[in-house]
Amino acid sequence: MACISPDGKPTESGKKILDAAKENRTSEEISITIGLPLFRVRSGLRDLMEAGYLKEDGDKYKITEKGFKSLV
Amino acid sequence: MEDELGERYPRLPRLGEKAPDFEAVTTHGTLKLSDFSGSWLILFSHPADFTPVCTTEFIGFAEIFDELQLRNVNLMGLSIDSVYSHISWVRNIEENFGIKIPFPVIADLNKDVASLYGMIMPGESKTETSRCVFVIDPDGILRAMIYYPLTTGRNMDEILRIIDALQTTDRHHVATPANWRPGESVIVPPPPTQEAAEERLKQGFDCKDWYFCKKKLGE
Repeated sequence: MACISPDGKPTESGKKILDAAKENRTSEEISITIGLPLFRVRSGLRDLMEAGYLKEDGDKYKITEKGFKSLV
Repeated sequence: MEDELGERYPRLPRLGEKAPDFEAVTTHGTLKLSDFSGSWLILFSHPADFTPVCTTEFIGFAEIFDELQLRNVNLMGLSIDSVYSHISWVRNIEENFGIKIPFPVIADLNKDVASLYGMIMPGESKTETSRCVFVIDPDGILRAMIYYPLTTGRNMDEILRIIDALQTTDRHHVATPANWRPGESVIVPPPPTQEAAEERLKQGFDCKDWYFCKKKLGE
């Protein structure tokens, strides 16, 4: 998983996605905000949701409490 | 479909149909074909990492990467090697040739994607993928396929030319003649009815006959 390291914590690109998702954004908006290709963002969002760092909110993505804690 | 020995063959992708979706481990994490929805994708296979022709091709693909990005085209490679082999090889290319490989490469050790797309040509090799190129459009439709043998490296100019031709066709509803290059005249699709054929010669195109008309784009 490119956005989750083997210890289960977000990688640098994972943290960038989480940081961008603080403001409830779509995958396209996150891609533009952090300058990562959309296909990488979509894959990263999947990883981060599976690990409980993000959740879907309609067509947007919302950071969870676990996600916030990982950025501290 | 079954052959004379009763072995089942998977149905291979065909032009104009939806490209089969997959999820695969790549050098950029786990990716699905659907992750590329909304952009063009060139999915290509190579026989093996750390081989000379493939190395020249990876350098070639990296060299046209920016041009492809300008056309909203992503690239993704594939071979029957591990992700660690891929990582080691792309690092080796950067060290030896100064070229960074910017696109993901599928580690298809179990041949799932290679089998799905018919990338293995048993007459050439049962353990390696041939040099296949699949051009998939933003709607996930397979628009072009090219197959090269193990011994022949691909022509990057042709890959760019196919993208330009397909995008020109989509944008202007025209066809492109042999050896067409951007900026050259395009083919006006032949009229489908007798009435349209009679009209065609009055429409101001550059026509040799009713079925063979060209035009410059923008005219």
